[in-house]
Amino acid sequence: MRHLLATEGLDADTATAVLDTAEELKRTLLGREVRKLPTLRGRTVITMFYEASTRTRVSFEIAGKWMSADVVNVSSTGSSVGKGESLRDTALTLAAAGADCVIVRHPASGAAHRLAGWLAEVGTSVVNAGDGMHEHPTQALLDAATLRERLGSLAGRRIAIVGDVLHSRVARSNVHLLTTLGADVVLVAPPTLLPAQVRRWPVTVSHTFDAELPSVDAVMMLRVQAERMHGGFFPSTREYSIAYGLSEARLAALPEHAVVLHPGPMLRGMEIASSVADSPRAAITQQVANGVHVRMAVLYHLLAHEEEVA
Amino acid sequence: MAPRNRGAADPAERELLSAGDVARTVARMAHQVIERTTLGSADAPPVVLLGIHTRGAPLALRLASRIAEFSGVEVATGVLDITLYRDDLRHRPTRPLGTTELPPAGVDDQLVILVDDVLFSGRTIRAALDALRDAGRPRAVQLAVLVDRGHRELPIRADYVGKNVPTSLSEEVHVKLAETDGRDAVLLGRTEDPA
Repeated sequence: MRHLLATEGLDADTATAVLDTAEELKRTLLGREVRKLPTLRGRTVITMFYEASTRTRVSFEIAGKWMSADVVNVSSTGSSVGKGESLRDTALTLAAAGADCVIVRHPASGAAHRLAGWLAEVGTSVVNAGDGMHEHPTQALLDAATLRERLGSLAGRRIAIVGDVLHSRVARSNVHLLTTLGADVVLVAPPTLLPAQVRRWPVTVSHTFDAELPSVDAVMMLRVQAERMHGGFFPSTREYSIAYGLSEARLAALPEHAVVLHPGPMLRGMEIASSVADSPRAAITQQVANGVHVRMAVLYHLLAHEEEVA
Repeated sequence: MAPRNRGAADPAERELLSAGDVARTVARMAHQVIERTTLGSADAPPVVLLGIHTRGAPLALRLASRIAEFSGVEVATGVLDITLYRDDLRHRPTRPLGTTELPPAGVDDQLVILVDDVLFSGRTIRAALDALRDAGRPRAVQLAVLVDRGHRELPIRADYVGKNVPTSLSEEVHVKLAETDGRDAVLLGRTEDPA
């Protein structure tokens, strides 16, 4: 693997290899006093975040450090980005400074892909940590890791992705990864919050949350992304919550074994009831913990092998 | 992982140890471990047999069962995968990770005996010692190998050796075990692409 830019087009073998590595890393580090591996000693990883983030940035930083890579964080405030430097110049600067891997989050869809093109000749790997409304592949991988842990396998499992699919890179990445791994995905959302290309995705679509509840093995709740909404996508937050929020009553209507996921940050009371988010059925903190192991695995697959001929 | 193609049957391979030889060798090593560690005596340290993934793992289990048979002492066993500690990760394609399973009591203050099939350059053992350092603090570490083929690149030697096999660098030693390869044997073959 040279870059990780999207889960669309990521083949099942590669995805499974990353998930297996993450599982072994988790097992290896479990209960250990020294949570550090020497594997990426002497490698430099730079995170470049042009958008707010808590869990993704922190989890990439911890992942890099636990693998003994040197991790440097660059944010758009406090760097030359604030002086008007272009994404390309910033990236080339970081590569020239010795980055083996650049992890980028950017508000523009396709930013990571552009970056990978610019950095092709210097051999720096690029990881997409979220680009606009396009993809967030490591989130989908950590969701898949969590579902594998809770459900055993993804093959034949039915997963509902619920809420603001239109603005969600998490939803896009999960649609492609989960279906590649053999799951059936049903998108549950009001018509206004579904993208036009949903017809071409390998999913089914539903507008009635209650009808889907008894048949799913997992529900993935999405945050309502008010910051990307300019206009009326639903009448009121209360109405949205009643139609598409995961309430206690809806939790009770799920099969006994069904898992609740949320990529965070959560809007408690909006898309998910507070008591549901804190229930043992919810795997939300497990997702965050798995995020570190999955990102360690991604760095391992990107950096711990011989140079590939581009 | 083409160069060390240990699974393929090659007519040019010479048998160094038969299935019976392997069983007798493991039994002899078990006796040596019992003697050296004074196993069963009051002041003997607790022993952990840690097999190095892949073929060290079944060897450690076999040693443990022989030791139990001869001495009545059940020693703890585990598996150590050293991939994350290798010094040649950047010279090979991506390696899948193996399993690491330490005994529930860990390795702290125990006599850890690393078990592997072939001792060659010593780099695997160097990596295993590094991995062990992160896993805990054993009282002492010893090494048991089924075959020592020489050509050390590091100051490492084994405490228990099943068979010393003088080899040239153009030869390969292939250990086959029923658990991983369907039968027990130690074979000597020619390397396909001399480094």
